[in-house]
Amino acid sequence: MSATASPGVLEGARAPKSRSGKRRKQADRIGDRLLYGVCLLAALLTVAVIFVVGYQVVSHAMPAISKFGLGFLVNTTWQPNFGEFGAGSLLFGTAVSSFMALLLGAPISISIGLYLSLLAPAGVRGLVAPLVELLAAIPSVILGFWGILVLAPFVHEHIEPWLHSTLGFIPLFGPAQTTGSSMFTAGLILTIMVIPIIASISRDLFLAVPRDVQDGASALGATRWEVVRGVVLPSTASGVVAASLLGLGRALGEAIAVTQVIGAGSTIKASLFETGDTLASRIANQFPGALTELHKASLFYLGVILLVIGLLSNLFAQWIGRRFGYHGVAAR
Amino acid sequence: MSGSLLDPTAPLTPSGNLRRRQVFSRIAESGATLAAVVAVGVLAIVIFAVVKNGASALSLDFLTKGAPVGIGPAILGTGLIVAVATAIAMPIGILVALYLTEFAGRRATTQIRLTLDLLNGLPSIIIGLFVFGLLVDHKQQSAYAASVALAIIELPMIARGSQEVLLLVPGSMREAADALGISRWRTVLKVILPSALGGIMTSTVLAVARAAGETAPLILLCSVFDPRSFSGHIGEAVPNIPVMIFQLSEEGNPEGFARAWGAGLVLVAFILFASLGARALLARSKRKLSA
Repeated sequence: MSATASPGVLEGARAPKSRSGKRRKQADRIGDRLLYGVCLLAALLTVAVIFVVGYQVVSHAMPAISKFGLGFLVNTTWQPNFGEFGAGSLLFGTAVSSFMALLLGAPISISIGLYLSLLAPAGVRGLVAPLVELLAAIPSVILGFWGILVLAPFVHEHIEPWLHSTLGFIPLFGPAQTTGSSMFTAGLILTIMVIPIIASISRDLFLAVPRDVQDGASALGATRWEVVRGVVLPSTASGVVAASLLGLGRALGEAIAVTQVIGAGSTIKASLFETGDTLASRIANQFPGALTELHKASLFYLGVILLVIGLLSNLFAQWIGRRFGYHGVAAR
Repeated sequence: MSGSLLDPTAPLTPSGNLRRRQVFSRIAESGATLAAVVAVGVLAIVIFAVVKNGASALSLDFLTKGAPVGIGPAILGTGLIVAVATAIAMPIGILVALYLTEFAGRRATTQIRLTLDLLNGLPSIIIGLFVFGLLVDHKQQSAYAASVALAIIELPMIARGSQEVLLLVPGSMREAADALGISRWRTVLKVILPSALGGIMTSTVLAVARAAGETAPLILLCSVFDPRSFSGHIGEAVPNIPVMIFQLSEEGNPEGFARAWGAGLVLVAFILFASLGARALLARSKRKLSA
């Protein structure tokens, strides 16, 4: 209220007993309560969503859970026409593609984090950091489409034959198949997806390492690499692990891009160049055309498994973040 | 080594062990730089492919007409779904953020933030399954089911983004309002929210950019539609860009691929502009608040 307020307002402020003051006070009491109530409601709603999601997915999976039990997890047959379902080969596919993404993605991302926090000049950092984060903004369906038409043929014609001829004695690198749709291509796409997540978190972690400790190491004669190896990485190791877990969670749950490039195979094979399928991609692939209620329930069962794995990896990452006091990790 | 010690005119270059360590360090530095180049290179390659293949499909007819020619209905459909989703998620997200910054104690804050992070990390296909069980099972697919799913995806992003900005509102402004005897809700509505508005808007735009490209839930909730026209009816499935790209990519017919590239270009252009613009604005409003 400005000094030139009308006399009526001033009177109201000075004498709260007057009618308008009383009304205002009442409005304030209602307003305060209302605001608190609505905010609390919104917060409770958010917490409720998580539980309702779990409840809905489990209850729709119930027919499959009661029919197949825990044997579902190891059974590798998936034949909708005969009403036989098992998640074994999908768990295998999920594990292989996600770990490949992590194995390739984590070192690259950590290096990017190091480059952005310690090496890059300020101008380059301001340019490269948002670009790396933009990688996360590209929709998975477009990345997958690019994967089918550009990456898969390239992988099929150049990378797979080369890996087979040089490292073919390892069963992982079997002969290239008819198309580029393979676990290997899916792993590459997932690598692209986890890089921005792990890179931006690890950059924040490295930036938080106190400058004087690093300078101390340099003053003792450590080279740049030795500073990283001896000071920066050890003091942020747990945070980097948490960041990798968040990346793993992303890779496990990705459905669309993987569906597009993995080739929807149903068997467990040692070679990365064979087709495969993951939990999430099987749901995306078969749900719209699910034949029977049992088929649908089995897909929901896959969802339950995915939910449990996803929540566990996320909770574990948060726990590490909290336990070791990296709130930067929790913030993402 | 002893030779260089004896020769006072020898240049001061490291030798032996130190030289080895420095070379190793140099190699490690180049490795880190290379990793950054690879990441930016992949981004450039993907965007280049989308622009190169999509640009030829673009035309006014492509953007406005229906199925065999263009993707007009899908653009409208995606707009409708995302708009409704944001209309649901934005108020709830802001209220959650207000609860966290204005009312919640430490324990409640920790719990709710954990919930938001878990919600954010939930695979989007799971959210699709959930909304399918809630709204679509034994009924029909609909645009609003898709909107509910996208709202759940947007909610944690908006809530966390708004909370970060609300925390930046200087305590002195709250104290000044308290000193004037202004009640809490008036302070929130007239002082705190307006000064954090820029940041809230930008985190909403980032959430919209993420939701616009989200495909997995829409495949379950809003994928059986007539791509030739847009009914505008929220109770039935409407055409939308992500599902269209997915379906065209699975069909494997070259003409469809050309349309999918075009649709991809539209989507990517929207998302990149939205997220780049939002990031720039966010940095600005944060600087303004903390200055």
